[in-house]
Amino acid sequence: MRDELLSILEKNSRIDFKELAILLDKTEEEVLNEILKLENENIICGYHTLINWEKTDIEKVSAIIEVKVTPQRGQGFDHIAERIYNYPEVKSVYLISGGYDLLVTLEEKSLKDIAAFVSDKLSTLDSVLSTATHFILKKYKDHGTVINHTSKDEREKIMP
Amino acid sequence: MRNFLSDKITSIKPSGIRKFFDIVYEMQDAISLGVGEPDFDTPWFIRDEGIYSLEKGRTFYTSNSGLKELRKEISNYIKRTQNIFYNPDNEIIVTVGGSEAIDICLRAVINPGDEVIIPQPSYVSYEPCAILADAKPVIVELKAKNEFRLTPEELSDAITEKTKVLVLPYPNNPTGAIMEKDDLEKIAKIAVEKDILVLSDEIYSALTYKGQHISIASLDGMKERTVLINGFSKAYAMTGWRLGYACGPEAVIKQMTKIHQYAIMCAPTTSQYAAVEALKKGDEEVEKMRQSYNQRRRFLINAFEQMNLNCFEPYGAFYVFPCIKEFGMTSEEFATKLLMEEKVAVVPGTAFGDCAEGYLRISYAYSLDNLKEAISRIDRFVKNLRKTSSHL
Repeated sequence: MRDELLSILEKNSRIDFKELAILLDKTEEEVLNEILKLENENIICGYHTLINWEKTDIEKVSAIIEVKVTPQRGQGFDHIAERIYNYPEVKSVYLISGGYDLLVTLEEKSLKDIAAFVSDKLSTLDSVLSTATHFILKKYKDHGTVINHTSKDEREKIMP
Repeated sequence: MRNFLSDKITSIKPSGIRKFFDIVYEMQDAISLGVGEPDFDTPWFIRDEGIYSLEKGRTFYTSNSGLKELRKEISNYIKRTQNIFYNPDNEIIVTVGGSEAIDICLRAVINPGDEVIIPQPSYVSYEPCAILADAKPVIVELKAKNEFRLTPEELSDAITEKTKVLVLPYPNNPTGAIMEKDDLEKIAKIAVEKDILVLSDEIYSALTYKGQHISIASLDGMKERTVLINGFSKAYAMTGWRLGYACGPEAVIKQMTKIHQYAIMCAPTTSQYAAVEALKKGDEEVEKMRQSYNQRRRFLINAFEQMNLNCFEPYGAFYVFPCIKEFGMTSEEFATKLLMEEKVAVVPGTAFGDCAEGYLRISYAYSLDNLKEAISRIDRFVKNLRKTSSHL
């Protein structure tokens, strides 16, 4: 049930236990216990809401920053990654293969804030060698969801 | 002026519930649970392959029996799911949907007067196709108490000296019934004894929710007397691509190919290229869709239980088939009233045979949100009916 439970929750974390129990053909208690286990094991790490901020009055600017760093003796990339992810404005940090080392995504109120973060905080870290900042102009798809997607059922209404 | 029309064709009645269908078409804002096709789009990688084949200019006819590569993939697919080997060179034909395969299979084997046994409730095309092929359709009325499975007794009772073909439509549209191995073994035994050909329509084979689907062709002595029909519509959500296939004894496939060659030429080329990709890489996507259907199936079964509406648990396709006999209305009356009062469209069982009077086909090829709204309306409708009848 674990895989199926996770795939449902990944798409809809608001679903209630009663409904989950029906969909999975389990009792509510079984579902609840499994979810608690998944949370304790840190497999479920949080429940979030996907928001299209563009449709609100709240200004948000997002950027993706490629960061080249010098790995540190005994700690590899973990230490520098931690220095970076501790900033609350940092949304995600990934260690990646390829031409640079860390991929950092950032969300701020304005372009200026992002520029300030990069020049004042990120670039000044000892092991950071270089950064390249890309501003996000438009989000088409996020977390597997197509933003602004309106689906219409174009099938015939009735068909044997 | 002369009457130019064929007596044979004019004698075939159009679908019995045309009137109801027309009302549904008129009603634009109704929630429909009446569709017999997946709500998913064809998985993108399959569509992409279709587009690619067009870009490449693969816009010609294929061989009559279909792209060799596709027939090989079909052969592999059946080998890995049913452990039966069909030779791609002469035991497989690619058709325009499973529907064409049904038609040409019957035409290839029937002599005038031969009898074709058709269990009902079942898909609407078997009976007319049998008539078009000059066969005499013999209807077996399946029973709710048997979960709409075909029993050996029912089959034996329907067999005469003229019986040539048994249509075996499982997993079943409209009931959602399946036939498990021991059910099939009993049927196979009779088919061998009585020397009957089985047309096994397995278009919903990928959508079963209780173990793996088993084809009757995989049982001892059955491969040589079974035409296995399947396709891409339901499993891969490819209804509009119109692509199916038949696998069977070389002699039968050869004659089917002759009809196909003259009437159709070949199945759509773009669809065939896309289907190769579907069979090669589609298992995971099919499983995802199956899982979704299964969740909705559980949701509906539970909802009908809560409503106290009599409904056996179906383990195949994407339909549930609740019984509405307690309300003292015909299926069509019930469906019409439900449509008028709550704007929910379901299909009266009688669309699939007279013996399905008192039942409704409810499709769960809809999103859960859609199903929830429809169920709350049906619940209200049923409660009102019960209230009114208790006042009488």
